[in-house]
Amino acid sequence: MQYALIINGKNHTVDVDEDTPLLWVLRDAVNLKGTKFGCGAGLCGACTVHIDGAPTRSCQTTVADVGKASITTIEGIGETPVGARLQKAWLDVDVVQCGYCQAGQIMSAAALLSENKSPSDSDIDAAMDGNICRCATYSRIRQAIKQAAGADFGATGQQRKGA
Amino acid sequence: MLRTSDASNLHTSARQADALSQVADMPTSRRGFLKAGAVAGGGFLISLTLPAAVRAAVDGAAAGNGVLNAYVQITPDNVVTIMSKNPEIGQGIKTMLPMIIADELDADWKQVRITQAPLDPALYGRQFAGGSQATPMNWDPLRKVGAAARQMLVTAAARQWNVPEAECSTAAGVVHHRASGRSLAYGALAAEAAKLPAPNLESVKLKDAKDYTIIGRSVPGVDSPKVVKGEPLFGIDQTVPGMLYAVFQKCPVFGGKVARANIDEIKKLPGVRHAFVVEGGSSLDGLMPGVAIVADSWWRAEKARGKLQVTWDEGATAQQSTDGFAKQAAALGAKAPAVSLRNDGDVAAALKGAAKVVEANYSYPFIAHAPLEPMNCTAHVQGDSVTLWAPTQNPGPGRSLVSQTLGIPESKVTVNMTRCGGGFGRRLNSDFMAEAAWISKVAGAPVKLVWTRADDMQHDFYRPAGWHFLKGGVDEKGKLVAWQQHFVSFGSNGQFARAANMETTIFPAGRVPNLSFGASLMEFGIPTGSLRAPGSNALAFVFQSFIDEMAHAAGKDPLQFQIDLLGKDEMLPGRGAGFHTGRARGVLEKVREVSGWGKKALPARSGMGVGFYYSHLGYFAEVVEVAVGHDGQININKVWAVGDVGSHIINPTAAENMSQGGVLDGLAQALNQKITIENGRVVEENFDSFQPLRLTQAPPVEVHFLTTDNPPTGLGEPPLPPAIPALCNAIFAATGKRIRSLPIDTDLLKA
Repeated sequence: MQYALIINGKNHTVDVDEDTPLLWVLRDAVNLKGTKFGCGAGLCGACTVHIDGAPTRSCQTTVADVGKASITTIEGIGETPVGARLQKAWLDVDVVQCGYCQAGQIMSAAALLSENKSPSDSDIDAAMDGNICRCATYSRIRQAIKQAAGADFGATGQQRKGA
Repeated sequence: MLRTSDASNLHTSARQADALSQVADMPTSRRGFLKAGAVAGGGFLISLTLPAAVRAAVDGAAAGNGVLNAYVQITPDNVVTIMSKNPEIGQGIKTMLPMIIADELDADWKQVRITQAPLDPALYGRQFAGGSQATPMNWDPLRKVGAAARQMLVTAAARQWNVPEAECSTAAGVVHHRASGRSLAYGALAAEAAKLPAPNLESVKLKDAKDYTIIGRSVPGVDSPKVVKGEPLFGIDQTVPGMLYAVFQKCPVFGGKVARANIDEIKKLPGVRHAFVVEGGSSLDGLMPGVAIVADSWWRAEKARGKLQVTWDEGATAQQSTDGFAKQAAALGAKAPAVSLRNDGDVAAALKGAAKVVEANYSYPFIAHAPLEPMNCTAHVQGDSVTLWAPTQNPGPGRSLVSQTLGIPESKVTVNMTRCGGGFGRRLNSDFMAEAAWISKVAGAPVKLVWTRADDMQHDFYRPAGWHFLKGGVDEKGKLVAWQQHFVSFGSNGQFARAANMETTIFPAGRVPNLSFGASLMEFGIPTGSLRAPGSNALAFVFQSFIDEMAHAAGKDPLQFQIDLLGKDEMLPGRGAGFHTGRARGVLEKVREVSGWGKKALPARSGMGVGFYYSHLGYFAEVVEVAVGHDGQININKVWAVGDVGSHIINPTAAENMSQGGVLDGLAQALNQKITIENGRVVEENFDSFQPLRLTQAPPVEVHFLTTDNPPTGLGEPPLPPAIPALCNAIFAATGKRIRSLPIDTDLLKA
C-alpha cells in the first residue's frame, strides 16, 4: 500500500505493507539508517523517533498508525534548537562509546528538553530509563543533557538525588 | 582470548603472554623496518613493517611475510592521513592508535584524517579487537613510525635551508628554524621527505614523555560527529544495489537439524523471493542447520518467519538444562577433582591444623553478550568470489570460515569491516558471516542478513557457567594458611571448553603456603566464548569474595588483609611479564584513600566492599558503597575505581569512559544477568528477561589512574572484574549476608 509520510519536514511516498513498523520504513524504504533496531519490542529505545513531537518507539508503531503526523528522526533533529544543542553537548562531553544507542538517546533527550527546560535528575530518570546503553555511558548522557539544558551541574555530571 | 578457536584458552593465553614478553625483550633492530616513499600528487608515505618473526611471536601465527604495521601519508595540503587497521567496536581504537603516531610526528591533530583499513592480513597482520591488546602491541612501533616521519621532515627542511638539523624544531605540523625565523609546513616538505632514505629504526629518537602534546590529552572519538547525526556507519546500515533481506531460523536446541519445514507455503507469502533449508554442519562455530527466508524487505522476511513451521531433529543435547548442570556439578564438587591444576604445600594438613576453616560453594550462570546491534552481515556472492560487509571483531577468522563454508579460496573472500554496535567478545565469532555468505550464494543475489534480538540472545557464544567448591583456613594470628579450590567447569577429554578455563596464577596463588587448585569437567553442547574480561569476569567474583570471607574469619579489615596477603613487592608468575604485587598494593592503597574506606560512618544496612583483580595486564582495585533496603533492593551509591595500566593514559576521556562502562557492565552481570537453559534451549529472548544496566541503576563511578613505570596497556577488560566482588562484599558489610551465587538474589537480603 502507498503511504504519504512527512519525515523531517519532507514529503515521502512509500509502498509497504500496512503492518510494517515505522522503523523498517525509515531504514529500508526511505533509507534513513540513523534510527536503530535493537530489540523489536519497545524495550531498548534505540528506535526512538518523534511523532508530532512525542517520543515514540518506531519498532512498535506501524506505518498505518502514523497517518498525517509529522515524523522527526535523528537525521532531522539537528534542525531544531534543542536537537542541535544536544548534539553539540554529546560531542563536548564525549559521550559515545560504540554509538549504536545514541540516536535513540538523543531523541528521548530532545523530547524531554522540549517539554522541560531544566530537568531534575528524577525527570531525566523518567525520560531516559527506557533507553539502554549497552556500553553504559550513562553518567555522560546525564551530563550532556544537563549541559544542553544550560544548567551548570559541575564537571562530572554525576550528581544524583541522594548523592 | 586472541585465538578463540583453540580448544583450551589456558595454553593459548600462556603462549601469547610468553610471546609478548619475548617481543618486549627483542633488540630494537629486530622489531621492524621502515619504508618511505612518494605517493601520487607529491605526497609522502611512511610505513613500518614488522618482520615475520615478531609477528609470529605476537600473534602465535605461522611465520609468513613481513606485515605492514602502520602507515602515515602526508600530502601537500598538510593533511596527515593515518590508517586505522583494527575494528572499532566502541573501544576507541580508531582515535587512540593514531594519537600515538601523531604525537611523535608532532602533527596538528586538526589536520589528521583517519581511514579504516580493509582486511588484508598479508599486508597488515592480524586485525582484531580483543584482549585489551591493541595498546601493548602498538605502543612502541607506532611511536617509532611517527618519530621517523618527523625526523625525515626535519632532514628535508634542514637541507632546504642549509642549516644543521639540530637547529630545527617541530610543532603542530610545521618545522621551524628559530635562528632565522623560517618555517615550513609538513605539506610543503612532503615531496622532498619522500626522496630521503628511511632512517634506521635503531636511530629513531623518541620524545621525552614530558614533551607529549597529544598523548595524555583528551581527544573525542573521531566518528562521534557522524554518530550523533545518525549517519550510516554500522554493519546494519550497509546497502548494496539489488540487495535482498534475509532472516535465518535455527533450531532452538544448539546443533539441531531440520527434519521438515513448510517451505512451499513460505515461498508463496508476499515479498518472499527465496525460502530454503540450509543443511549446515555439525560445528557449533560454523554454519548451522536452519531455514533461510529471503524477501524484498526485512520486515516481510521476518513476517514470513511467523508462518514458518519446522519439525526439528533436536539431537543429543535436547535434555541439557541449567538445573541438570547444577546437580551434576554438586555431585562432582563433593568428590576429589578429576585433575590437579596446582598444588603448593600440604593443604589437607594445613586445613586440619588451622585455627578457623571456612567452607563455601560459589557459582555463576551462563550469560550472553547482547551487544545492542544484533548480529548481521551483508554478503554478495558473485561466481567464485564473495564480498562481505561485516560488523566483526575478528575479520581474519571470519574470512577463513566463509572460505571453508563456501569451498572457495580465502583470496576470493573480501571482508569490509564496519563500525560495530558493541562487541564485548561476541563478534570474535563469525557464524553470522558464514550464514550471510551461504544465503547470498543460494539466493544468487546480494543479501543483508539481520538477526532478531531473540536470534541474538538464543544463539550466542555464552560466558560459561561455573561452580567452585572452596575451603580456606587461617591460623591463630589470622594469617591465611590454606586454600583449597575445586572448579567444576565444562569441557571434554581433560580440555576446558572455550573460555571455561582457570589460570593457575590467580592471586592469592603464590602467597598461600598450602594451596590447591583442581578441576572436574562436564560434557555439554552449548557454544561458549570470550565475554569482556573472559575468565576474569567470573573468577574475580569467586576469588575476591572468598578472600573477603577469609578476612572476616580472621577478624581483619578486608582491604588491609589483602594488602598484607600481597606481601613484599615483587613479580610473581602471571600473564604477560607477570603479576606484580607492588602494583596491586598501589591500586588498593589508592582506592582506600579516595573512597574514604574505613573512615565513614554509614547508616544501618549500608556498607562498603572492596575488590581487586589483575586482568589482561591491567591492575584495578574498586570500592562499592551500597545501601540495602529491608525489601532486599540494592541501591549502589557510588563506585571508586583505581587502575594501573602503565606509564601513560593515552586518551584520558576515552579511558575514563571505558573504565566507567566496564565497572557498570560488571555490576549489570551481578545484579541482572543470567541465561537459563531448559530442554536444551535458551529461555531468555529479549531485554525484559535479560537486562543490561539501565540509567536508573547506574551509580556514579569515580575513576583514578596511577601511572607507573610500566608499558601502557589496554582498558577494554581490566575495570570490569573487581566491580562484581566489590559489590558482593559491600552487601556483606551492609547486611551480613554472603552472596555466593550470581545474579544476586535480592530475596536473600530481605530483613
